[in-house]
Amino acid sequence: MPKIVAVTGNEAVAEALRQVNPDVCAAYPITPQTDIMQRFSSFAANGKVKTEMILVESEHSAMSACVGASAAGGRVITATSSQGLALMWEILWIASGDRLPIVMPLVNRALSAPINIHGDHSDGMGARDCGWIQLWSENAQEAYDNTIQAFRIAEHLDIRLPAMVCMDGFIISHSITRMEYLEDEKVKSFVGEFKTLNPLLDIEKPVSYGPLILTDYYMEYRKAHEHVMSKVPGVVKQVADEFEKMTGRKYGLFETYRLDDAEVGIVVLNSAAGTTKDVIDEYRAKGIKAGLLKPRLFRPFPYAEVGDALKHLKAVCVLDRADAFGGSFGPLFMDIASSLYIQDKKPLMFNRIYGLGGRDYMPDQAEHVLNELVETAKTGKVQSVKEYIGVRE
Amino acid sequence: MKQKGWKELTPGAVVTEPGSSKQFKTGSWRAFKPRWIEENCIHCLFCWVYCPDMAITVKDGKRGEFNFDYCKGCGICALECPGKKGNKAIVMEEEGN
Repeated sequence: MPKIVAVTGNEAVAEALRQVNPDVCAAYPITPQTDIMQRFSSFAANGKVKTEMILVESEHSAMSACVGASAAGGRVITATSSQGLALMWEILWIASGDRLPIVMPLVNRALSAPINIHGDHSDGMGARDCGWIQLWSENAQEAYDNTIQAFRIAEHLDIRLPAMVCMDGFIISHSITRMEYLEDEKVKSFVGEFKTLNPLLDIEKPVSYGPLILTDYYMEYRKAHEHVMSKVPGVVKQVADEFEKMTGRKYGLFETYRLDDAEVGIVVLNSAAGTTKDVIDEYRAKGIKAGLLKPRLFRPFPYAEVGDALKHLKAVCVLDRADAFGGSFGPLFMDIASSLYIQDKKPLMFNRIYGLGGRDYMPDQAEHVLNELVETAKTGKVQSVKEYIGVRE
Repeated sequence: MKQKGWKELTPGAVVTEPGSSKQFKTGSWRAFKPRWIEENCIHCLFCWVYCPDMAITVKDGKRGEFNFDYCKGCGICALECPGKKGNKAIVMEEEGN
């Protein structure tokens, strides 16, 4: 039987990593992720996992050590947040370009300056184009489930790409909720033995990683990367189906909530989706047909499926917990707009930036957005395409 | 050599054939060309040790001609060459002269 527990998001992810029992972990502490690796290094020190812990002097070194260990042929993990991910940035591209299936929980936190340790999506959005898979999680249960599934997706022999599992800093990482742990044996058999592909340590079949690829082949490698990204959604669905058979918990490329017959909808990532669903229930009780779409697989972004799920709406608001300075709109809005661009019929759209630097997202903000959606649907006019909400003038 | 399309590449640009750099001939990069002056050569093989590529041929412990398929003309061999009685056994000359 699954074990019902009351744990933080960090504790849940550390437990998933213990159950997977990877070969190598190289990590550096950073708030709010520190707690995951503190717990995981205790597991290693106490013999609960056989993982080789590599303690490094920075996140740049952490990701570099992960690249080496993964190319050598090991199942490899790390975890980070915010500035740590920013410092890893150049090595993120090497991990994905070398097609190394490293799994990395990312506890989302705002980027400096001004320095801030709280939940915000600027870090993950900054790494959205680096060729990694990104799974986003609303709560501790999803972060735990996504972590387990991330190994299967990243390591799939048709994929072999690194994967980030995102959850909101503090709001999820440090809040205790009720959730279910799977039995160790079930996780072990679900994840399976690690399969190597061209490991450096196979001395019978020597290989080289990281050759210089200039004008004659670079574009072909980029096209091959783009092609393998296009195969990720199929594998994500296949792994989710198997996971559902084991747990009864259903996952897809994204979650829809009361969206099928909705007239207006909100698109939002991670923890704010929970609050939004509660407010949608209140509006439904008042007879307002509101719904929600919460992306799970954010990279690669399932444009066609998302567009298909939203095209029937009269108005859509995309809530972004990050801004994309100079890009005019928030990063999620730009992807949703692209998803709908290819549809013949599309809703009116606007973008609201909320919750930066961990600013609380309260039900009144969801109400404000829903009221504006209803008004937009009625008048057929968007008041203003992009605004910050919950900010003092 | 026909270049491969994107569907024919190994994942992550991993090179699975050992020693394949032998197929990559870098001689065309050369702007200066070393000339071997055999009578000044004491066969110390410093040039063979210092050559960053595989452009110095050696047979039975004796230095042979340059392999110009790989020599980039870096000049390290000429710099390191002790020569005989102050006369260098390798000199660099402008390519094409």
